[in-house]
Amino acid sequence: MSKQAIDLTPQPNFRQVLQPTPFHQRMVEHCPIQNWMSWNGYQTPRVCDQLASEYFAIRSTCSVMDLTPMEKYRIIGPDAVKFLNRLVTRDISGLKPGRVTYVIWCNDEGKVLDDGTLFHLEQGDYRLCAQHHQLDWLLLSSLGMDVSIEEETHNIAALSVQGPTSFSVLSAAGLQGLDTLKPFGICQSVLHGFDVTISRTGFTGDLGYELWVDPSNGLALWDAIFMLKDNGLFDIRTIGLSALEMVRIEAGFIMPGDDFNTAESTIRADHDRSPYELGLGWLVDFDKPYFTGKRALIHEYSQPIARRLVKLQVEGNKPPADSFLYDGKGGRRIGTIKSHSWSPILKTNVCMADIEYRNGLPPGEIWAEIYYQKELEWRATWAKCSVSEKPFWVHPRRLATPPQAF
Amino acid sequence: MTKSFKVIIVGGGHNGLVCATYLAAAGHQVQVLEARDSLGGGAATSEFAKGYRVSGLAHILHSLSPKVRKDLKLDTAGLEPGTAVETIALDTAGQHIRIGSTEVSGDGLSAEDINAYRQFKADFTHYAGALQPLIMNKPPRLKGMDSKDKTTLAKLGWQLRFGLGKKSMREFLRVGGINIYDVLDEVIDSPQLKGAIAVDAVLGQHMGPRTPNSVLTYLHRLWGETHSQASLPAGGMGQVASALERAATDAGVSLRTSAAVARITVSDGLAKGVELRSGECLEADIVVSNADAKTTFLDLVDSAELDAMFVHRVNSIRSLGNVAKLHFALNGLPKINGLLQEGLGHRLLIAPNMRYVEHAFNHAKYGEFSENPVLEITIPSIADPSLAPAGHHVMSVSATFAPYGLKQGWDKQREAFTQRVIHCIEQYAPGFVEQIVAQELLTPVDIEAQYHVTGGHWHHGEMAIDQLFMMRPIHGAAQYDTPINGLFLCGAAAHPGGGLTGIPGHNAAQRILAMAKEGF
Repeated sequence: MSKQAIDLTPQPNFRQVLQPTPFHQRMVEHCPIQNWMSWNGYQTPRVCDQLASEYFAIRSTCSVMDLTPMEKYRIIGPDAVKFLNRLVTRDISGLKPGRVTYVIWCNDEGKVLDDGTLFHLEQGDYRLCAQHHQLDWLLLSSLGMDVSIEEETHNIAALSVQGPTSFSVLSAAGLQGLDTLKPFGICQSVLHGFDVTISRTGFTGDLGYELWVDPSNGLALWDAIFMLKDNGLFDIRTIGLSALEMVRIEAGFIMPGDDFNTAESTIRADHDRSPYELGLGWLVDFDKPYFTGKRALIHEYSQPIARRLVKLQVEGNKPPADSFLYDGKGGRRIGTIKSHSWSPILKTNVCMADIEYRNGLPPGEIWAEIYYQKELEWRATWAKCSVSEKPFWVHPRRLATPPQAF
Repeated sequence: MTKSFKVIIVGGGHNGLVCATYLAAAGHQVQVLEARDSLGGGAATSEFAKGYRVSGLAHILHSLSPKVRKDLKLDTAGLEPGTAVETIALDTAGQHIRIGSTEVSGDGLSAEDINAYRQFKADFTHYAGALQPLIMNKPPRLKGMDSKDKTTLAKLGWQLRFGLGKKSMREFLRVGGINIYDVLDEVIDSPQLKGAIAVDAVLGQHMGPRTPNSVLTYLHRLWGETHSQASLPAGGMGQVASALERAATDAGVSLRTSAAVARITVSDGLAKGVELRSGECLEADIVVSNADAKTTFLDLVDSAELDAMFVHRVNSIRSLGNVAKLHFALNGLPKINGLLQEGLGHRLLIAPNMRYVEHAFNHAKYGEFSENPVLEITIPSIADPSLAPAGHHVMSVSATFAPYGLKQGWDKQREAFTQRVIHCIEQYAPGFVEQIVAQELLTPVDIEAQYHVTGGHWHHGEMAIDQLFMMRPIHGAAQYDTPINGLFLCGAAAHPGGGLTGIPGHNAAQRILAMAKEGF
């Protein structure tokens, strides 16, 4: 073996703990308060400048979020469908090319590992987007199957453009095919000579799109969008993860790792959650071929449900952060609030809460015990809660095709 | 009686035959399918050179369960108790040591060592006996125990505490997880005696005497001695396979050889039958696999029918063999320095001391075969003269370490290894090389191909602490039933593991019958 000289020059990014995304150069101009956080090791804004304006950009105008850090996996091969169907709880054999679906996957015990969106890009060519790193689980699940699984998180730049005017903004920016693109659809467009993959997907429960480009075209895509703002045509704002957190709770989307402990990171017994316990039983299909966790879930399905993650509306204006929940005011403790947000558009507290059931039945009246501060003095109060089976916030424009133009 | 089920047993090794016989005796319709042209698996006798036959893998009967022997009436089926086999630890200078199950003798041994051996064997046989409740039952599940599991654990606890007594239990718990090297160094002086005992702890394993938990593997082997002495049946090892075959036939088992199973068909989580390599499909209510866990779950069953982590854990089972089998056709009995002819009928060991064994293992760690291999030698044609032409003999040698994953590959190294073994024997039996008429080498790679055992591992997987009892082959399939309804394991991959015990087959049958009673 030949001796290799050791390269002693410092790595250019050795002081840069967080990686810049392909959009960073532009994003930084929109982030005067420099409120950064790590998302999968990427430098991501928590808040760009004003949380309230970011929130209302999503709900009233047009928001742009850098989606690059999201975990992305490319799945191709003769056994791709077999592999994916063995992985996720849903039957994906009917997912047509050019369509996206929401999926969850479980471990052997039927406890949820993560959730994500599955893109059928072209016949037999899939992309799985996940909240957490899943490469090891995907590779482990592919044993004995003829399928190639590659992480492409860092090879694709993605922007999420969401809000009522997002259709008009992107159309004006020069993207084609949006008027016929249905929710959960994928289409291809060419912008200034480069390819853009567009999916009508998002995490806001509103009209919105996700744009996927080669990282080298990231800035050109960004500029094509923000040029419209510079020209005074549309109000377009970058948003950080805090605004996303508000709207995703309103839209009733759960966040693995926040709303429940993912199975892989769970050490204590009963601290992981099954699809049924997350209210995602509708994603479990027993009629499809075998999938990991099916045997455990068939058994669990035959038993009375022990707990549920519910969408909970809490009365009053006190933030029910980490509140304990009780069966009746001052009654038996039955759970906690996992995540919460004040919903400016609904003028109420919206939460995700984990509550215990008894004999398969939900508790009667749920009350939250809220601790809050007034001028550094702690106080406690009680607030009545109500479970919402539907998302807190829905709007017909999410589904309208073609969307309304502005 | 419960409903009569149609059962297919994949593999006609000894455990498959034992399981089949029990099930047929209980009134079920049992079909055994064996890929090879003879039954008995590693105990089957076959011709390796014109006129010379030998038992393929097993060459000593040392742990056949007396219960199996009795239940299957193997004695009347032709398995007559033969001569007891003792171990003779060879010495190049002719100072051999003769090791019996309780006594040891030899010119070079001190009186202290003779006493120490007596005490050591008494103690360790006692410890091994305490494992009895665990061995003849399905290993208890630790989560969601049934009443049988609770009884097994209670009996085990009772055995350890009261069967052994406080002092012995304390000692048992001290040595149970440590290595045989240290333990033997504590009690015995003679390097030759220690070397021979250490072989019993590591033979067939990827382990040296200094490997942790090599005491446990020794106890596991010793457990066989608590009920049956090592022996060669009258008429040779071939009688084991033929007696099992006869017992199965008498019980009404239908036996088919040269019927290789290509896959076990599974539908909706339920085993439905098998498909043969020929394309023929056979239906069954129950499929019992005598194959190792990797063959069963990764090859025969479509792994997509199983949970991902389960498959991963099966794939991670350590099952790479380390023992090569050599067969020599000889034109007469070898002459070993200082050993009377009577001695040749016993188990001859070449393992002069523990460091020798440990050094032999060092090579295996790095994908090499041992420069000085550890050899276990028998001459089966002494007990069964029909194995060789008149006046001629066959010698059967288990040579370790010969790792499955040899760095340079076995194709180029076969001759080199055979020469190492011959050279090694020649040290003890000058003139041996001229006596060889024909020879055969079965490396773990050959054993894998010929006996359909992944990695060519004798025991269908290492018998180390993490792959024993309720973790054999892996938790989730350790009670003979598997995640696939109607699919069971009955081979050495299942508890209590390898060896010609018949116990996995027995326990699997008991488990199937118990579950059948409850309607699965």
